[in-house]
Amino acid sequence: MSHTLASTLMNLLLHTLAVLVLPPLIPGLIAKVKAWLAGRSGPPVLQLYYDLAKLARKQAVFSRTTSWVFLAGPVGTVAALLVASLLVPFGHTPAPVSFEGDVILFAYLLGLARFLTVLSALDTGSAFEGMGAAREVSFSALAEPALFFGFAALAKATGSLSLAPMLQAHGMGKVGHLSGPLILILAGWAIVYLAENARMPVDDPNTHLELTMIHEVMVLDHSGRPFALVLYGASLKLVVLGALLVDPLLPRLAQGWLNWLAFLAALGLLAVVVGVVESSTARFRMTKVPQFLLAGVLASAFAFLLLLV
Amino acid sequence: MILFLLAVGLAALSGVPGLFGRDREGRTAAMLMTASAGLGTWAGVRVLLGAPAPALRLPTLALGSQGLLVLDPIAAWFLLPVLLLSACGAWYGVAYWHSPQGSPRWVRLVFGLLTAALAVLVCAAHMWVFLLAWEGMAIAAFLLVITEDRLPETRRAAWIYLVSTHTGTLFLFGAFGLLAGLTGHWDLAAWPRGFAATSQGTLLFLLFLAGFGMKAGAMPLHIWLPPAHAAAPSHVSSLMSGVLIKMGILGLVRLVAWVPDPPLWWGGLVVGLGALSGILGVAFALGQHDLKRLLAYHSIENIGIILLGLGLGLVGKSTGHPALQALGFAGALLHVVNHSLFKGLLFLAAGSVGHATGTRDLEQLGGLGRSMPWTSAAFLGGSWAICGLPPLNGFISEWFIYLGSFRALDLPRWPWSVGILAALALIGALALACFAKAFGTVFLGTPRSAAAAEAHESPRAMLIPMAVLAGACGVIGAFPALIVPGLDRVVATLGPGLPGLAGLTRLPLLTGLALALVLVGLLLVRWLRGGRSTEAVPADLPTWDCGYSQSVPRAQYSASSFADGLVSGARWVLFPKVHAAKVQGLFPRSARFSSHVSDPVLDRTLDPLLRLSVRGLSYLHAIQTGQLPVYLLYVLLTLLFLLIWMVV
Repeated sequence: MSHTLASTLMNLLLHTLAVLVLPPLIPGLIAKVKAWLAGRSGPPVLQLYYDLAKLARKQAVFSRTTSWVFLAGPVGTVAALLVASLLVPFGHTPAPVSFEGDVILFAYLLGLARFLTVLSALDTGSAFEGMGAAREVSFSALAEPALFFGFAALAKATGSLSLAPMLQAHGMGKVGHLSGPLILILAGWAIVYLAENARMPVDDPNTHLELTMIHEVMVLDHSGRPFALVLYGASLKLVVLGALLVDPLLPRLAQGWLNWLAFLAALGLLAVVVGVVESSTARFRMTKVPQFLLAGVLASAFAFLLLLV
Repeated sequence: MILFLLAVGLAALSGVPGLFGRDREGRTAAMLMTASAGLGTWAGVRVLLGAPAPALRLPTLALGSQGLLVLDPIAAWFLLPVLLLSACGAWYGVAYWHSPQGSPRWVRLVFGLLTAALAVLVCAAHMWVFLLAWEGMAIAAFLLVITEDRLPETRRAAWIYLVSTHTGTLFLFGAFGLLAGLTGHWDLAAWPRGFAATSQGTLLFLLFLAGFGMKAGAMPLHIWLPPAHAAAPSHVSSLMSGVLIKMGILGLVRLVAWVPDPPLWWGGLVVGLGALSGILGVAFALGQHDLKRLLAYHSIENIGIILLGLGLGLVGKSTGHPALQALGFAGALLHVVNHSLFKGLLFLAAGSVGHATGTRDLEQLGGLGRSMPWTSAAFLGGSWAICGLPPLNGFISEWFIYLGSFRALDLPRWPWSVGILAALALIGALALACFAKAFGTVFLGTPRSAAAAEAHESPRAMLIPMAVLAGACGVIGAFPALIVPGLDRVVATLGPGLPGLAGLTRLPLLTGLALALVLVGLLLVRWLRGGRSTEAVPADLPTWDCGYSQSVPRAQYSASSFADGLVSGARWVLFPKVHAAKVQGLFPRSARFSSHVSDPVLDRTLDPLLRLSVRGLSYLHAIQTGQLPVYLLYVLLTLLFLLIWMVV
């Protein structure tokens, strides 16, 4: 009993630590991979940590147009993602909080983060940020069903409504290792992952043309500590949603620490894959993005259909 | 029962002192309404906590065996929002009156009568009482909608409302008449087993669905809802959207309680209607520029969500799946209350905006968050809740329906529940887009017109009712376990032996996570405040805006541009009309742009159809000569025809 309690506490500690410390590493990894593939040496992997430390010391500048809603965006995003991260299992380690229906809470916490980000963009009164906000809400209307079809398929296959059993049902039921439905679900979610995290081919975080961006353009006016929260929130989203993608693929290992290691390695690999995808594709025209997302909806809908027969 | 009758009496008479000049502002009326709400709430809460249901019987009249009025758990559940919203509305009305048109005394009198009619309706246990209260409610609401009767669009809205509510009533007359003919009594009572599957049962179900669906505003029957909600004074819209349309749901809930064995297709049909109303409701809301019309379309969307839950429960009842019934019915019932709280709140806040600026047009507003901080916070709270975002109440009821439909994935005979999931997810995402648009355009950015620039915060009498409703949203959202005992009791009347919600869901964990969310948020705010002193930064800086610092308010993203991606993406159902001049040449002339999404049923189906039929009927003018002898001739011919028909 005391052993399980100790290991639970240990896991909780590791989970919290991973959520708080790990995320800024991922964008660094992606940037490094992109730099290598382009033949540059690129910024250090830890660049985002330096940026965050610098921003935390900087003064924030506020436009006269903005109100408290402007701060609600970064604060709400990070708060919602932190709470959502409690529901997600990292690899085959248990999630700190797990109950029937936490899937829905998870999705709606992501929705909350989006809602507040969009409002804080509109708070500036800038047409650029309004444009980004409009794109964000339009595209997420397609990302949401893709996510939910995937959840429905996993729920159908595992008979559970909780993220941890759904993602960790390795080799069980009908979503065995690399079975058809699982591949389709993950394909659908990979598209959601790229769109939600403002990655190519949906969005280009590095462009300097504000007209072509989605996520970055919404935070043009944030500075100082609020901007630090924005950056940290974006990296946290890479980890939290990344866990959805890598968990079903990981094998269950006997030792707890091996599971942690496997998860971290898989997350790193995901970052590398994202870097490769970003280096090898061009950004779609905005009008093509809905078609790309629709492909994601269809993939996870087909996964569900496969599980029906 | 005395308490309840006293409450009804107080509400009905609340406007009377105003008629004699004593109560110019309506404070007495508001106090009477508050007293009525207090008494009625006490009576209702006692029933929800397990007291036996009080009933009003008049044995001498021999009307029905179970009495005229019964305050059972279903009635109590629907009664509470009626009383809360009307008390809030009455106080709001004290300060709200700004329109030179219409008499405030008259509005107060009818508002009280409407509340009383609603309260009687929820308790009605006898068909006559039900129909009388139904008609009282419909007419009182008509009189309130037509308050500003000098405006042509108000007259049109009220007229459409009157026609459609009576069409709905006609269906109910048919249904109740048929039912009474079959059972031989006028009680609203349980149907015998096996009856629902007969052809009469089918006919009755369809009649009830049409009549109640018309009142609820389910999608093809919703035509009266957007214009009426936009035209009525805001506290009336709040009461109409919050509770009046729920009377349609009340009827359907009663129907569910009467029928022990609904056929499977009933649930399927209700789910289909729900998905249609939900998705189209929010899609059409996206295309609106009028704040109150937008909210009205969201009422249709939320009725859709309620119907999804109700249909799911019906499916559970047909397939004998207790958990499905409990979750579906609980989700629907809780959403009834939740929607009345947050939609009531949103309409009051929208009224406050109209009060301050004199316009409901989104494109004329903007930047009100600075001049009207409290209204803005209230509208944000309402938007947050209506999008179903945690930790507010909208999430809890949608969560129940989600849980139910996930469970229904395992039903062997009913594969449609994945459709419910997809519909709910899509509705959620679109509602978020729509409320980001509404809140962002009205309250954020800079004012787009002089009226918006000169806006002022509303008086306290309007703000306190909003605060009460927002507080209720927060309490239900963070502490859902508080209302579960009452909700369980209502759900138990809809199907025998249903499991309690506490066993099906982990509500304390939700509370814990909600508190964690708030706590983390507060810590982060503290951290932001703790940065280096912000005083050193010049206070009056423009938005950076990529260097366009001389940006004018008109250059902001407007409500129509914000929704354009989604509206044009869904143009195959919305058919937006765009009027835009072509911009050409090196020095183009000034151009105008406008876009408009008209209602699919009213403006694009019924209107052309009715025009056509009017034209067809105009040929009958020929026989209307206006001369008495000719009409006597018609009578004679008719009588002759009947005589021949009877003989032969």
